[in-house]
Amino acid sequence: MSDMRYVVPRTLDEAVGAFAEAKGAARILAGGTDLLVQMRAGAVRPGLVIDIKKIAELTGIEETADGGFRIGGAVAGARLAEHPRFGKVWPGLLEAINLIGSTQVQGRASAGGNLCNGSPAADSVPAMVAAGAVATLQGPKGRREMPVEDVPAGPGRTNLQPGEILVGFILPPRPLGSGDAYLRMIPRTEMDIAVVGCGVNLTLKDGVCTAARVGLGAVAPTVLRVDAAAKALIGSRLDAAALDAAAAACRAACHPIDDKRGTIAYRTEVAGVLLKRAAGIAADRAKGA
Amino acid sequence: MAKLHISATVNGEPTEFLCEPDETMLDVLRGPLGLTGSKEGCGSGDCGACSITLDGRLVCSCLMLAAEAEGADIRTIEGMAEGDTLHPLQRKFLEMAALQCGICTPGMLVAAKALLDRNPDPSESEVRYWLAGNLCRCTGYDKIVRAVLETAAEMREAVR
Ligand SMILES: Cc1cc2nc3c(=O)[nH]c(=O)nc-3n(C[C@H](O)[C@H](O)[C@H](O)COP(=O)(O)OP(=O)(O)OC[C@H]3O[C@@H](n4cnc5c(N)ncnc54)[C@H](O)[C@@H]3O)c2cc1C
Ligand code: FES
Ligand code: FES
Repeated sequence: MSDMRYVVPRTLDEAVGAFAEAKGAARILAGGTDLLVQMRAGAVRPGLVIDIKKIAELTGIEETADGGFRIGGAVAGARLAEHPRFGKVWPGLLEAINLIGSTQVQGRASAGGNLCNGSPAADSVPAMVAAGAVATLQGPKGRREMPVEDVPAGPGRTNLQPGEILVGFILPPRPLGSGDAYLRMIPRTEMDIAVVGCGVNLTLKDGVCTAARVGLGAVAPTVLRVDAAAKALIGSRLDAAALDAAAAACRAACHPIDDKRGTIAYRTEVAGVLLKRAAGIAADRAKGA
Repeated sequence: MAKLHISATVNGEPTEFLCEPDETMLDVLRGPLGLTGSKEGCGSGDCGACSITLDGRLVCSCLMLAAEAEGADIRTIEGMAEGDTLHPLQRKFLEMAALQCGICTPGMLVAAKALLDRNPDPSESEVRYWLAGNLCRCTGYDKIVRAVLETAAEMREAVR
């Protein structure tokens, strides 16, 4: 016998109400690919599980009139992959989301869960940060917006207030000549946790980089936005000197853990390597656009 | 806490069951529903032995609450053969010795069918990536991958 309760609210208000009332004893259930593993391990014992997958706003994918996107917090990776337009506009971000786990995990895992779980190695988060995605949050005090890079607070922790639910992500419109890419280093080709993850999003005009954002994962207690690396790219033609400077900025931003997956020195070195490669892919995509 | 009463369609049959709120779909399949074809290898999403489809989508039944099945269409390995007639994948797995101990096999078959339902002509690397979440400690995968490719070719031939 368990004393856990399970509810499936149909509206966001109902969900927020139940979540706030449970005062920390409740957990939100999106795809469950983190939550169920943690429950089984006994790491979390929620008194209430609130399944958000029957709330329309949490499961929609919408291309907005200005060319941006709104993605519901609980949309599974496999559904996003099937969207006719999303992967054309945000190929790097889609790749990052689709790197999460196996086909089975993709059938359920959401970018919202990936962010709210608070892992420093979460694959979609550096790409979201690079994309300039903004999270929409709703809680007992109403709705607010928060840049994705401000959501993680440390391993397993976020800056969401008690009772707050991540409703979804807002992706900005794409200027002409934009491209993004995400690369992760893992010892195998599938089913592993990132040793380093790097997302780059940039815009080129006549071969010159006019805008750039860089996100780095698994090299610090939270995913990082590396402005110094972006700055090194902006104004350049992505020549060797600019890429070297951006890679150095990424290495300087690292303060990783030392574990069996990678030493501090290795993770730091790889961060620079991935920056260069991801910038190259993003630039090729920008030229093709 | 009271048990939850869930109505779902399992392998095409309207099915009702009672479950604890924290029970997984795999628990209910193997327990009250007596469908022990889905295996528990890990219980944490890593091995794929518990693979089922949920409204046509391949998922790990160990990572799904049974309560989430309300109103859903669930398909398991038990629904794959039609009466005594094996699905072409099942037949090819036997013919080509794509199994040894057999623990991974139900999950492999359910996952492979989900692939062929979407993509009747996958490349070898598409098969390998699709099945990356299905672990096999016996076969070395090669015979499984070849059986899936061979089945796909045969099924394409059959519809022509
Ligand atoms: C076999 C396997 C392989 C994996 N591989 C990877 C990988 O390669 N890369 C990677 O990054 N991750 C990986 N993961 C981890 C996991 O799949 C991802 O983090 C996934 O994105 C989580 O999404 P979910 O929808 O399943 O989240 P859930 O498990 O439903 O939720 C995760 C956490 O976030 C909270 N939460 C979820 N949604 C919201 C919301 N809208 N508002 C507030 N809180 C919320 C939940 O309460 C929970 O604490 C893997 C997991 C498994 C089991
Ligand atoms: S038992 Fe579900 S993935 Fe291993
Ligand atoms: S046949 Fe034994 S695990 Fe695959």
